[in-house]
Amino acid sequence: MHSLDTSKESKEKARAAAAKKARFGEDIELAKYEHAAAELPYQEDLSVISGDAKSQMLQTGVVVDDTSQRSGTIIQMDHSVIHSITKQDDIEVMSTMKALEKYDWLAEYMWKAVAVDADKYTAHVELNPGNGYFIRALPGSKTVYPVQACLYIGKKNLAQSVHNIIIAEEGSELHIITGCTTAPREEPAMHLGVSEFYIKKGAKISFTMIHNWSPETEVRPRTGVIMEEGGIYLSNYIIMKPVKSLQANPIARCNGNNTITRFNSIVLCPPGSNMDLGSQVILNGAGSRTEIISRAITTGGNIVARGYIEGNAPDVKGHLECRGLILKGDGHIHAIPELKGNLAGIDLSHEAAVGKIAEEEVEYLMMRGLTRDEATATIVRGFLRVEIEGLPPELTAQIKQAVETAEKDLM
Amino acid sequence: MSDTTLEIKDLSVEVEGRQILHDINLTIKTGETHVLFGPNGNGKTTLLMTIMGSPKYRITKGNIILKGTDITNLPMDERARMGIGMSMQRPPVVRGVKTRDMVTACARGRESDDELNSIFLSTNLNELVDRDINYGFSGGEIKRSELAQLLAQKPDLVLLDEPESGVDLVNIALIGHLINQLLQKKHPIRERMRSGLIITHTGHILDYVDARTGYVMLAGTIICEGDPHEILKTIVKKGYEECRKCIA
Repeated sequence: MHSLDTSKESKEKARAAAAKKARFGEDIELAKYEHAAAELPYQEDLSVISGDAKSQMLQTGVVVDDTSQRSGTIIQMDHSVIHSITKQDDIEVMSTMKALEKYDWLAEYMWKAVAVDADKYTAHVELNPGNGYFIRALPGSKTVYPVQACLYIGKKNLAQSVHNIIIAEEGSELHIITGCTTAPREEPAMHLGVSEFYIKKGAKISFTMIHNWSPETEVRPRTGVIMEEGGIYLSNYIIMKPVKSLQANPIARCNGNNTITRFNSIVLCPPGSNMDLGSQVILNGAGSRTEIISRAITTGGNIVARGYIEGNAPDVKGHLECRGLILKGDGHIHAIPELKGNLAGIDLSHEAAVGKIAEEEVEYLMMRGLTRDEATATIVRGFLRVEIEGLPPELTAQIKQAVETAEKDLM
Repeated sequence: MSDTTLEIKDLSVEVEGRQILHDINLTIKTGETHVLFGPNGNGKTTLLMTIMGSPKYRITKGNIILKGTDITNLPMDERARMGIGMSMQRPPVVRGVKTRDMVTACARGRESDDELNSIFLSTNLNELVDRDINYGFSGGEIKRSELAQLLAQKPDLVLLDEPESGVDLVNIALIGHLINQLLQKKHPIRERMRSGLIITHTGHILDYVDARTGYVMLAGTIICEGDPHEILKTIVKKGYEECRKCIA
């Protein structure tokens, strides 16, 4: 196992935060997991991946049999990057370890968008490095198709540790689809994933992440985004399958003027699942805009749906929309939208709603000849439909497919 | 095939334990359009919603017969599939469900894309097809959207609840035209297969749509039946007070 070349200072901070509980979510005892995994061989040919693993990956939008619609692919299994390839000269795709070996300057990007001592999980990733992916769009480049990245846990009881760095250099446009999944077994595992995004002047990143964990997995992603002038960040997060415990609250710091940030999340929480999910946007650059849209459905699991927008610069605008649907079961949805304005002339708003499907809506559709089940399915489909702009058609189709697959299970 | 589309026999209905309709009798032959007058809050919408089968409206007595079949105990989706279509006065917003989805669902696969597009064009809905159904719609837009759904559904019995309410003068002519299209008014009556029951508070819709029979409903009872234009003339001239004298 290689070791990431991170600074002594980071290690010290991490050691000091090794027992620091996270602000949100239940505290997870890291010692119950294994932290080392065997080094897996690099695979040039993805056809050697097992059918089960392929199927799990496919449910997260990661395709391995035909990658013609992808500009690049990187797959990490446990702690080994088993495959990485780019089809464009101006898009770099490799393991974080390899990138740190290749570029001295990359160390400067480590732990700038996410604090190493944010909590015990970030500290763990620093102290127990387990690789991750590095994706970089060179200045002015544009991905023809999305780059796909997969983080797969195959080993039982492993705490997968991942540190990803994504950089969109000036004027570039980068589309990424990330699938996080496990072997199709009901075995405990944990995923600790740090992702740091750097969006330079006039650059754009769309990041679509689909989670498909086993019901016994505990998940603590930690994501930070730093944006320069005119940067655009579009995040789409989808989880439609059970997970034991998931807590994430990515933060975008819009430091440049006139940035655009959009967080869309579509969440289905089955019985036995606990999901505490949010998005935070700090509008530090004048004229920046953001929108946080979340749709959460529980069929018995518990959801906390957070949202936070802070306006610190003139003429910023932000809207937060959080809607929850209690479809069945005895789960709960706790919506916590928060706005903070620190100067005059900003425009922040939110709307939040939690409830069941309105009977009058069901009847309205039944009045048109739909059965009760068809009417309910149509309303749920509509509820989960989030208008997503700025994505290549392949990604829009992928999101649609992920949602439609879950709808079938739901009904 | 029955030449009677709708037959209502001795129908009494309660809502949340309160009796609203009393002993309603009404027959609409195939191809005919009837109009129901009455002040607000006297049971007109209750009658339409009961015919449609909304579970909130509980039938305590009587029967509803559609094209010879007793539908008194059938759920509303079955009634819709058997040929009843209704335009609501204030339909709900369904977020995320687009106008196009609703109209397509109404067609239940019978209409081609071209035919659906022609419905959107004739109802002047092209700008609304990709918007959430009824969300932020004006009065006229709601009515046009409801009629587009019915044009796709092609019901044998068309129930229209106040089709002119909230509609401006420009739109009301279009609404009238669409209702005539829906009720096959271009055809001679013997060739019409669709029947209609229209609730109107103001009677304006009669300037655009011909109807054969009119009723006045007061306090949940049909107290008068006759030529709709004559009834309207009386109401305009003397108000519903004149009608109340008939039951005094």
